[in-house]
Amino acid sequence: MNPDLDRYEGVIGLEVHAEMLTASKIFCGCSAAFGAPPNDNTCPVCLGMPGVLPVLNRRVVEFAVRAGLAIDCRIARRNRWARKNYFYPDLCKGYQISQFELPICEGGYLDIHVDETTKRVHLTRIHMEEDTGKNIHDAHGDSSLVDFNRSGVPLLEIVSEPEMSSPAEAGAYLRKLRTLVQYLGICDGNMEEGSFRCDANVSVRLRGATELGVKVEVKNMNSFRAVEKAIAFELERQADTLDDGGHLVQETRLWDADREETRSMRSKESAHDYRYFPDPDLPPIILSEDFIETIRRALPELPDARRERFVSAFGLPAYDAEVLTSRRDLAEYFEAVVAAHGNAKAASNWIMGDIIRLIHERKLDDAPIITDWPVPAANLAALIALIDEGTISGKIAKTVFEEMLTSDESPRAIVERKGLVQMSDESAIQAVIDEVLAASPDKVAEYRGGKEKLQGFFVGQVMKATGGKANPPLVNKLLMAKLKA
Amino acid sequence: MKIGPDDIRTVARLARLNLTPEEEASMVTTLDAILTYMETLNALDTTDIEPTAHIIDLETPWRADEVTNEANTEALLANAPARDGNHFRVPKIID
Repeated sequence: MNPDLDRYEGVIGLEVHAEMLTASKIFCGCSAAFGAPPNDNTCPVCLGMPGVLPVLNRRVVEFAVRAGLAIDCRIARRNRWARKNYFYPDLCKGYQISQFELPICEGGYLDIHVDETTKRVHLTRIHMEEDTGKNIHDAHGDSSLVDFNRSGVPLLEIVSEPEMSSPAEAGAYLRKLRTLVQYLGICDGNMEEGSFRCDANVSVRLRGATELGVKVEVKNMNSFRAVEKAIAFELERQADTLDDGGHLVQETRLWDADREETRSMRSKESAHDYRYFPDPDLPPIILSEDFIETIRRALPELPDARRERFVSAFGLPAYDAEVLTSRRDLAEYFEAVVAAHGNAKAASNWIMGDIIRLIHERKLDDAPIITDWPVPAANLAALIALIDEGTISGKIAKTVFEEMLTSDESPRAIVERKGLVQMSDESAIQAVIDEVLAASPDKVAEYRGGKEKLQGFFVGQVMKATGGKANPPLVNKLLMAKLKA
Repeated sequence: MKIGPDDIRTVARLARLNLTPEEEASMVTTLDAILTYMETLNALDTTDIEPTAHIIDLETPWRADEVTNEANTEALLANAPARDGNHFRVPKIID
C-alpha cells in the first residue's frame, strides 16, 4: 500500500440499495420480476401518468421491518413517505417516492470480522423507496431509450455510519449485509444484475484527527471486488492529492472497472437540491406492536444464531461454524449433507477443504447463490457414509471425490466400477505385510533396534502395494502385531 | 424582500422552466407575497405540536403483494411522443 496512507486514515460509509424480493411493485400490481421484455411490467401508476394513486404493498413494509429487527434498529411506529424531486428520464414522475424524515428504521449495527478482530459498524438508517427505470444510452446517435420495468420495484436503502477505515472492512460489511438480506429472504443479493448495489462515501484525514475530510461519493461498482478496489484507489488518490498540497472537492466519481480508476462525473449543475416534502398521496405508515411482533416471531434463524447452533449442536470448532454460516446457501448445503448422513465433523471437513477450494477455483465466492455445487449434498453424504462404514479409506475417498466431479454416478457405483472397495480381509493384508517385511529385512532390523518411526514407512509400503485400498487401522494393527512379535 | 431574482432563477432551473425577464420580475413579487404570508403562520407557537405529515388521519391503507396487472404495453406506449420498439425514446441524456 502507498506509504502516504500511513499518515492518513480512511473514513468510509456505505449506502446499499437492495431490491426486495416481492412479487409485485411497491405501489402498483405490476410484476417486479427481472428480465421481462421492455416496458411489459408497467401500468399508469409506475409510468407516472397524471391522476393515478399509489397503493402501498404490505410486504414491502414487512420486509423493511424484518431487516430492521435483524439489525437491531429502532423501528418507527409512525413513519412517512417523502417526494425526492429531480429530473431525469428514468424517473417518469419527476420525483421518487422515498423516505426522508421519519424513516422506518434508525440505528442498529453489524459486527464484522477482519484480520481476526471484530468491529461493530453502526447503521444510520434503513428506508423504503421505489426504484427508477433504466436508460439505454448508446443505441442511437441522438436519443436514449427508456425501459420502465424497474420503475416502482421496491428498494431498501441501508445507510451505514462512516465507521469503516479500509477496503477490507467495507468488503466485510457488504458481504455480511448481503448474507443477512439473503437469510431474511428479502433480497437475492445479485450485484451483477444490480439487485444489490453499493455506493461508497470516502474521505481521508490525518491519523488521529477528529474532523472529517472532504467526502467523495463513488458509484458504479458492480461486484464486491470492484467496491474494494474503488475504495483503495480513492483513498490513495485523496492521500496523494493532499500530500502534493492539492485540494479535494466534494464530488461524485464513477469507478471505471476497465481502467481501474475513479473519474469525476461531469458535475451536476448545482449541488443536490431534492426539495423533499411529505407525499400527499400517501398517508403516514402506522405500525402496531402486533404487526411488529408477528414479524419478529417469524424471523428465520440468522447467521449469528446459526453459527452458535453449529457449535453447540454439531460440536464444530467456532472457526468452521463461522465459515459455514458465512453464506446461507453454504450453511444449507452443510445441513443437507448432515441430514443425509449424520457425521457433521466429516461433512464440515470435506466442505471446509475440498468444496470451498473448488468454489474458489470456479470463482463462485461472490456469486449471489450457488446452486451448481461441485457435488450434490446427497452424494457427499454418501461418500462420507462409505468411509464411516469402512468400505473405503479416507485416502481412496479423495480419488472417488475427484471422480464424482465429472460423473453423475453415486459414490458407491464409482467405488464398485473402479474396484476401490477397501481391503479388510485380514489374511490378504497379512500376506501383503509379510511380503513388505521380507523385502526390507534391514529396515525391520532397524525398527526392532528402536527406530520406531519406521512404522510409517511400512504402512506406506503396504498401502502402495494394495493401491491404497488396504484398511488403514487394520494395517496398523496387523503390522504392529507382526513387528512386535 | 424574502426572495430575490437569483432565488427565482434557481427555482426555475430546478423546475426546468424558462422565464422571460418580465416573468422573473413578476415571480419575485408573487412569491415574496406568499413567503410573507408564511411569516404570519410562523408567528404561531407550535412548540408542543407534532409536525403534520398528512392532513387526513388515516390508518395505512395497503394491498397484498399480488401481481394484478397484465402487460398492456401497446396501449401505454401509445401515449409516448416517441418510441423505439417497446422502448420509450427520449432526447439523448448526457451525464
